Amino acid sequence: MTAPTITSIRAGRIGDSPQRPDGRQKVTGEFAYSSDLWLDGMLWGATLRSPHPRARITGLDITGAVAMPGVFAVLTHEDVPGRETYGLERPDQPVLAIDQIRYQGEPVALVAADHPETARRAAGRIRVSYREEPPLADARAALAPGAPSVHPGGNLVRHVRVRRGDPDARAAVVVTGEYEVGMQDQAFLGPESGLAVPAADGGVDLFVATQWLHVDRDQVAASLGLDPDLVRITLGGVGGAFGAREDLSMQIHACLLALHTGKPVKMSYSREESFFGHVHRHPASMRYEHGCSAGGRLVYVKADIVLDGGAYMSSSPAVAANAATLGIGPYEVPNVVMDSYAVYTNNPPCGAMRGFGAVQACFGYESQMDKMAAALSMDPVEFRVRNAMREGSVMPTGQVVDSAAPVAELLRLVRDRPPPPARDTGDLRSLPGGVSNTTHGEAVVRGVGYGVSIKNVGFSEGFDDYSTARVRLELTGGEPSAQVHTAAAEVGQGLVTVLEQIVRSELGVERVAVLPADTTIGSAGSSSASRQTYVTGGAVRAACAEVRSQLLARAGDPAAGSPGNRPPGLAGAAGLGDLVALLGKPAEATVTWRHRPTAPLDPGTGQGQAHVQYAFAAHRAVVDVDTELGLVKVVEIATAQDVGKAMNPQAVEGQIHGGIAQGLGLAVMEEIQVAGGVVRNPSFTDYLIPTILDMPPVRLDMLELADPHAPYGLRGVGEPPAISSTPAIVAAIRDATGIPLTRIPVRPEHLTATQPDEGPDPPSAMIMGRNAPHRVPFDPRS
Amino acid sequence: MTTRHPPGSPGSAAVEFLRPRSLSQALAAKAELQDALPIAGGTDVMVEINFGKRRPAALLDLTGVRELRGWQRDGALLRVGSGVTYTRLEAELAGLLPGLAMAARTVGSPQIRNRGTIGGNLGAASPAGDCHPVLLAAGAAVEAGSVRGARLIPADAFFLGPKRSALADDELITAVLVPPAPGPQQFAKVGTRNAMVIAVCSFALELRPGAGVGTGIGSAGPTPLRARDAEDFLAAELAGSGLWESREPLPGAVARRFGELAAAAARPVDDVRGSAAYRRHALSVLARRALGWAWDSYRKEGHLCG
Ligand SMILES: Cc1cc2nc3c(=O)[nH]c(=O)nc-3n(C[C@H](O)[C@H](O)[C@H](O)COP(=O)(O)OP(=O)(O)OC[C@H]3O[C@@H](n4cnc5c(N)ncnc54)[C@H](O)[C@@H]3O)c2cc1C
Repeated sequence: MTAPTITSIRAGRIGDSPQRPDGRQKVTGEFAYSSDLWLDGMLWGATLRSPHPRARITGLDITGAVAMPGVFAVLTHEDVPGRETYGLERPDQPVLAIDQIRYQGEPVALVAADHPETARRAAGRIRVSYREEPPLADARAALAPGAPSVHPGGNLVRHVRVRRGDPDARAAVVVTGEYEVGMQDQAFLGPESGLAVPAADGGVDLFVATQWLHVDRDQVAASLGLDPDLVRITLGGVGGAFGAREDLSMQIHACLLALHTGKPVKMSYSREESFFGHVHRHPASMRYEHGCSAGGRLVYVKADIVLDGGAYMSSSPAVAANAATLGIGPYEVPNVVMDSYAVYTNNPPCGAMRGFGAVQACFGYESQMDKMAAALSMDPVEFRVRNAMREGSVMPTGQVVDSAAPVAELLRLVRDRPPPPARDTGDLRSLPGGVSNTTHGEAVVRGVGYGVSIKNVGFSEGFDDYSTARVRLELTGGEPSAQVHTAAAEVGQGLVTVLEQIVRSELGVERVAVLPADTTIGSAGSSSASRQTYVTGGAVRAACAEVRSQLLARAGDPAAGSPGNRPPGLAGAAGLGDLVALLGKPAEATVTWRHRPTAPLDPGTGQGQAHVQYAFAAHRAVVDVDTELGLVKVVEIATAQDVGKAMNPQAVEGQIHGGIAQGLGLAVMEEIQVAGGVVRNPSFTDYLIPTILDMPPVRLDMLELADPHAPYGLRGVGEPPAISSTPAIVAAIRDATGIPLTRIPVRPEHLTATQPDEGPDPPSAMIMGRNAPHRVPFDPRS
Repeated sequence: MTTRHPPGSPGSAAVEFLRPRSLSQALAAKAELQDALPIAGGTDVMVEINFGKRRPAALLDLTGVRELRGWQRDGALLRVGSGVTYTRLEAELAGLLPGLAMAARTVGSPQIRNRGTIGGNLGAASPAGDCHPVLLAAGAAVEAGSVRGARLIPADAFFLGPKRSALADDELITAVLVPPAPGPQQFAKVGTRNAMVIAVCSFALELRPGAGVGTGIGSAGPTPLRARDAEDFLAAELAGSGLWESREPLPGAVARRFGELAAAAARPVDDVRGSAAYRRHALSVLARRALGWAWDSYRKEGHLCG
């Protein structure tokens, strides 16, 4: 059983925009997602989850489920043969709950049955007795002395300190602000799903939608107590990821059931279960103080950022590092005191999501930049430009930005775009509320706002970040054709197309096949951190160079010896006739490729060459707000982004539009509402994501300022669009309404002063003093 | 690897699927199997089944019942079959029942509007159903059929509680009977997204020139509601000041008071979609604006006629 090989003979080299192989299939509904996997005789797995956010398990009786006809297995944590916990950075999360519950939805038991409905019903017959305990639901309160611990060792997951310059710096103009970010969900459309098939050698083959096959494999193998070689993972059709597939969901569960029953087991979450099946974006509570000279130069920034990591660690340490190191934005600031904390609570676990710590901070610092501009009576763009970072600027970590950082130029580009046309009150779709007919222009006020952002590309803090690629060139039917094999996950971003383009450009062949991603080749790293075109693209390029050298050597070309010498493609170098002759036997190379190394942050000062590459984007949002009803229509987004090299301009544009949609969602609608640790809206009826009628036209300026350190000069593009689009939209709403708006998503209640009565404020807790002893767990990535 | 659906349902839990071909067959089936769940467009039923909220023993598919699928004039009234979809309400009834067409236009997405029916909206009896405020404002009646015969339930007696209606177990909704709009109608709905959103609250209005006013409130109480005080107030103002005849601009104070009274009729709660305070506030705005738009078109009509 194999996933389909994606072969393509479409033209298209680097810089072109060839059609993607999965596009038509996805639009017509023919694409096979991991939830479509099927084997005759397979069983269906179901998960029993805790309804309570915090509880002790005082009894667990599976007899009712075991007795049901059609049920093949009912498993609890006692059936986990290997390590009973897993986790990206530290294995603190039980495969199945061990005596206690730390969040609502925590898996307690598994069932395999011959029909999905039977499996679900059997799960319902498992009797679990819980002794409920009051959940720890407030992240700042979790840091207060005496707070009950979610895990032994306290609730602090990581405290990242960054210190630059004079911590006691003073300034002529000072503004402070407190900001909050709600819990956003990745809301991918293809729920968690996969198929585990037991193998004759005692191992297991897993077909699954994921972002990083090899970390899945290692965690699955540890919990199964198997050698990693006995766990073979093949990528299934992925219906979106955005970070939510970086942690495990059903992987270990399906494999456990498959090995236990000796039969293939499929698991596929429902939409509701999906909301409990993956990590979300960290909610944040942030305090900022900005000091500025009377002339409008930033003197200092002091900030603390508390990120609610929920019940388990996931990638919280790296998210905290991103928030800390990127937390003052793309500005030159000589004095910085930054403290970022990730904490455990009994809320849903949070981890990776597009923007990864940079999103939360950007809402804080960009809100502050507007506030400071107002305090100085300066134009908000002019104020940003005056403080903008450029190539050669020094980060608060001491790292020098050593490639293009066109922050001022990006800001000017969006500012100088002509304004969008006046609204057409004759077309309801162009008004806040849309066809719901709430206004014909009454009380509608236009506002304009700006945002600019910085994001690291790739994994940071000394992590060994590499990818592996095999390229093979051979004759098929008398024609040269290339095969590319990597373990890099195509999650919808268009990686397969880009890898084909690279091979065509490097080897000058038209026929290129991208083989299914699996673990029979070395790791490609994760499809996250805007890194996959950079790192796996780099590996494929390097493998192509190897293949070319081999062939040139066969041809006796003296250039073959020097890999740095890159003729413009084989066809050009050797001529197609020669190439056919040279390919009497195939040429093949497997290469492991690394970007330049990074270094850990100093635990006391946060100094270090922590990041590989920085990416920048600017946004101008124009909104129409019905100021009486508090409804918002985003009219237009103008954006400018430096992408280094547009490998596939259409794919880049797609990333930018999609990222803006996600940023818009966080600005005005997307929030998992959690009360006392309980999720109140686990469905697409009430977790709202933007529709096409919410998405405005995007005016895009794409800069291509090559990064000399990166393959082709490219710069990661996936995340920046989702970062400053949010504060730009909020700034535009502030501009229209004059309301300060310190929390996202902005709700109609915030714009009409009709928030629900919340009763007495929860006890407010101070963060432990800035000099409190800190603890830095091993933390490879950011 | 192929794509398939799991075969059948397990064990004895199979769902019986009844497909009557005529209304009499449908009513007979409902009389015989009273816990059979009617399914029309399925846009509520299938969601509930998929979410595991319902496990009906039998489904009674009404899509093959031709009698339910049309609308026609019935004396002074319009008879809109329960199986008429939103797409058709919007396309075919915009002239005769503009408020209903406006409400239909706000429902879901094109796919939902192609499947979803007015009968299904009533059958679900959600306080957020978008047809309901218009039917209340227009003084409609729901026709309930059974083997015992047909009866008419006034719209304001149809809704008993959240997702509870006055329909008996052996009855089906066969049609809605409603007078063609005697004057301007409006429908406005607040949601936190610009399309495809369940109402946070909604408001419907009908002006009956020389005769009175009808109102309906959605998603701001356990059932859809009429704002009777607002209706009485406005009817008295319009009649008392001779505004129906003069078609003068409506005093701002009257529109504002109307909005306040509409909001006062609501019985909202705080929930994930919005706060009670917001719903009240928004209703006062929607009612005031809807009245302004309706009155404007009433004045323009007069101008055109005369
Ligand atoms: C994505 C999505 C968006 C939606 N958006 C909206 C929206 O904006 N506004 C809104 O109001 N609704 C919305 N809905 C809900 C739903 O589409 C409507 O309520 C629709 O009118 C239901 O009609 P239906 O024909 O699909 O009903 P069905 O699902 O077939 O039935 C609904 C209920 O009515 C009963 N029923 C159906 N016909 C009859 C009958 N003739 N006699 C007795 N009982 C009957 C059924 O047993 C069931 O209880 C949405 C649903 C979805 C899935």
